[in-house]
Amino acid sequence: MTTTPRWRALTQHHLFWPVAVLVFLLLINVPFTPDFFSIKMTDGHLYGSLVSIVLFGSPLILVAVGMTLVIATGGIDLSVGAVVAITGALTCSYISDQADQSALSAVLLAMGIGLVAAVVCGLWNGFLVARMGIQPIIATLIIMVAGRGVAQLITDGQIITINSEPYKLIGGGYWLTLPFSIFVVAAVVAVTVALTRRTALGLLVESVGGNAEASRLVGIRSRRIKIMVYVFCALCAGIAGLMISSNTSAADGNNAGLWIELDAILAVVIGGTSLLGGRFSIGGTVVGALVIQTLTTTIYTIGVPTQTNLVFKAAVVIVVCLLQSPKFRAKVFGAKFGSGSGAKGGGKPSATPADTAPTTAAAPKMEVS
Amino acid sequence: MSTATKTPTVPDSRTTSKGARLLGDRRLPVLVTATLFLAMYIAGLSRYTNYGFGEPQVFLNLFIDNGYLLVAAVGATFVILSGGIDLSVGSVIGFTTMLTAWLVEKQGLPILVVIPIALGVGAFGGFLMGYVIHNFEIQPFIVTLAGLFLFRGLCLVISKESISIGDASVSSMAQAQASLGVGFLSVGAIVSLVVLAVAFYVLHYTRFGRRVYAIGGNEQSAMLMGLPQGGTKIAVYTVSGFCSALAGLLFTLYIQSGDPLHATGMELDAIAAVVIGGTLLTGGSGYILGTLFGVLVLGLIKSIIQFEGTLSSWWTKIATGVLLCAFILIQRAMTTRKKT
Repeated sequence: MTTTPRWRALTQHHLFWPVAVLVFLLLINVPFTPDFFSIKMTDGHLYGSLVSIVLFGSPLILVAVGMTLVIATGGIDLSVGAVVAITGALTCSYISDQADQSALSAVLLAMGIGLVAAVVCGLWNGFLVARMGIQPIIATLIIMVAGRGVAQLITDGQIITINSEPYKLIGGGYWLTLPFSIFVVAAVVAVTVALTRRTALGLLVESVGGNAEASRLVGIRSRRIKIMVYVFCALCAGIAGLMISSNTSAADGNNAGLWIELDAILAVVIGGTSLLGGRFSIGGTVVGALVIQTLTTTIYTIGVPTQTNLVFKAAVVIVVCLLQSPKFRAKVFGAKFGSGSGAKGGGKPSATPADTAPTTAAAPKMEVS
Repeated sequence: MSTATKTPTVPDSRTTSKGARLLGDRRLPVLVTATLFLAMYIAGLSRYTNYGFGEPQVFLNLFIDNGYLLVAAVGATFVILSGGIDLSVGSVIGFTTMLTAWLVEKQGLPILVVIPIALGVGAFGGFLMGYVIHNFEIQPFIVTLAGLFLFRGLCLVISKESISIGDASVSSMAQAQASLGVGFLSVGAIVSLVVLAVAFYVLHYTRFGRRVYAIGGNEQSAMLMGLPQGGTKIAVYTVSGFCSALAGLLFTLYIQSGDPLHATGMELDAIAAVVIGGTLLTGGSGYILGTLFGVLVLGLIKSIIQFEGTLSSWWTKIATGVLLCAFILIQRAMTTRKKT
C-alpha cells in the first residue's frame, strides 16, 4: 500500500472511478473480440465497436447532460422519456402528413414543432417546481405518466413510419465519415460546457442546488435558473427524441425512450454528480452514459445471454454507488480513505485534472466531451 | 362507504376540529379523494345505469381487479410515509409472477410451498435495499432503481417466454369466490382488504407505525429522540418488498401466468395511488385509507373508460396524470397554509 501523492491525487479525482469502470469494461472486451479497438473504413464510413458505442449511446448522453443540470439544482426530471416519445410522435406525424416527405423545409418545420413541444413540457415542469414549489420528483411524475398517453394520442396508438431522407440524417446518417448524431452530441456537450464553465451560469446552477433560498437572498434569480434547467433538460430530451425516431424512421408512443430517464439518472450518478445537488460534472455524465452503453455492447459481444443485461446493469449501479459512498469506503478501506473522500468536495482536486486527464483518459471517450 | 370515511378521525383525537381548522387538517386530502370517488361513482351511475353500472358487482369488481395494486400501494405508503421511495415495486411483482409460475410449472412444487418462498424472496429483496440505503447512505431512489433493474433482469433470467400456469390447485384458488349476498369477492380481493386492515392497525396503533411517521416527519429529530431509525428504515423497505411480493402472488392468481414483462411501470401506479390518496411525498403525513381511495379512484377511471367503450386505453394515463396534478396542487395549497 504505497500511496504516492500522484496516485492519491489520481484516485481522488472525481472522474477516477467512472473512468476506471469504463476502461475496465472496455478491456473486458479484448479477450473476446481481439479487434475491439480497431476502426475500419468501409464505403467512406468509419465502423468499429467504439464508433457504435458512441452512436447508440448518443440519445442517452444528450438526455443525461440535460439531466445533470437539473440534478445540480437539487431537482430531478422523470419526464424525459415521455418528452422523447412526444417529440418523436409529433415530428413523425407531421412529416407523414406531407405529400413530399423528403422536402427539407417540411422536415425542419416538423423538427421545430417537436422541439417546441419539448420546450413546453420543460416550461410546465419548471413552472411547477420553481413557481409552485412542488417537489421535482412529483412535479415531473405528472408528465411522465400523462406524457406517454399524450404521445399515444398523437400517434393514435399506432407506430407511425416515415420515409424521409433528410430526417434520416440526424439519427442514422453519416457526415465526414462519422455518424451524424456524434456531431450533434458533441455540439450540445460543447455548448453546455462552454455555457456552464466559461460563464457564471454553472456557478449559479450549483449555488441554487446548494441552497436555493440563500442564493435567492444573495440576489440570484433562483426560480429563473430552475425553470431554465428544466427547459434545457426537456430540449435535450427533445433532440434525443428526434434522434431515436429518425434512427428507426418510426414513432412509437409506447416504447420510444422507455426507461431512458432511469438510465440518464444512472449515468449522472455514475458520473459522480450527487443527487443532492450543488455540484455537477458534465464530463462525468458523458463517461457515465458511455459506461452504460459499453456495458450493453459488452454483453452483446461477449455472448452472455442478452436477457441478463439488466442484472449486470443492477450490479454496476450497486458497485459504482457503493464506491462513491463515503461511508462504504470508510468501512471497507479504512478511515484514511474515508477522510480523504471527505475532502473531495474542497478545492483541492481542481488542481489535478490537468495531469490526471491524459493518464486515465487514454480511452477514446474523451473525444466526445 | 360512510364508515370508511369516518375512521381516520380515530388517531389524533385531541384536535377536534371546527370549520376553520378543517382547511389545515391533515385529513382533508383523504376526504377530497373520497368525495371525488363518490362523485365519479355517481356520475358513472347516472351515465351508464342502463349498462349495468349500478350493479353491486361492478363496485366489488373494483377490489377484484385492483387487489394487487392495493397491496402494492399499501407497501408504497409505508415507504413514502417514511420519506423514501421504492421504484422496485413493479419489478418485484413481475419477478414474483415469474418465480411462482416457474416453481409451480417447471419444478412441480405445490403452490402452498411456493407462496412462502415467493414472499420470503420479496421481503429479503426489500431488506437488502433497506440495508444498503441505511448503512451506506445512498439515496433510496438509486438503490431501488438498481432493485428495479435487478428483479426485472432476474425475471428474464428465469425465462424470456411467459409461463402459463395450468396447475389445478392454483386455478381452483383463483376461481374461489366468497359470496356477499349481492355479489362476490375473489381470494385476491379479500387478501388485499386484510392487508389493508393490518396496515391500518400497524401504522396507527403500534410503535413501529409511530416511528415511520416520526422518521418521515423529520429524520433528524427522530434520531435525537432516540428512535431506532436504522431498524425502522430497513423494516419499511422490507414491508414494501413483502407487499410487492404478495401483490405479485395476487397478480399471478389474477392472470394465472408468469411473464417477464408483467406489471411494468406498476410502481408509478402505486405511487400515483398513494399521492392521490393524500400522502405527502416528503413523508410524515398521510393515511392508509387515503391509499385505498387512491386505488379505487384509479380503478374507477379504468372501469369508466371500459364502460364508455369509445375511449382508447391511453386516456387512462392522461386522466391519471391530470388527477395527479390536481392533487399535488391541493397538497401544495395545504402545506403553504400550514406554514403561515
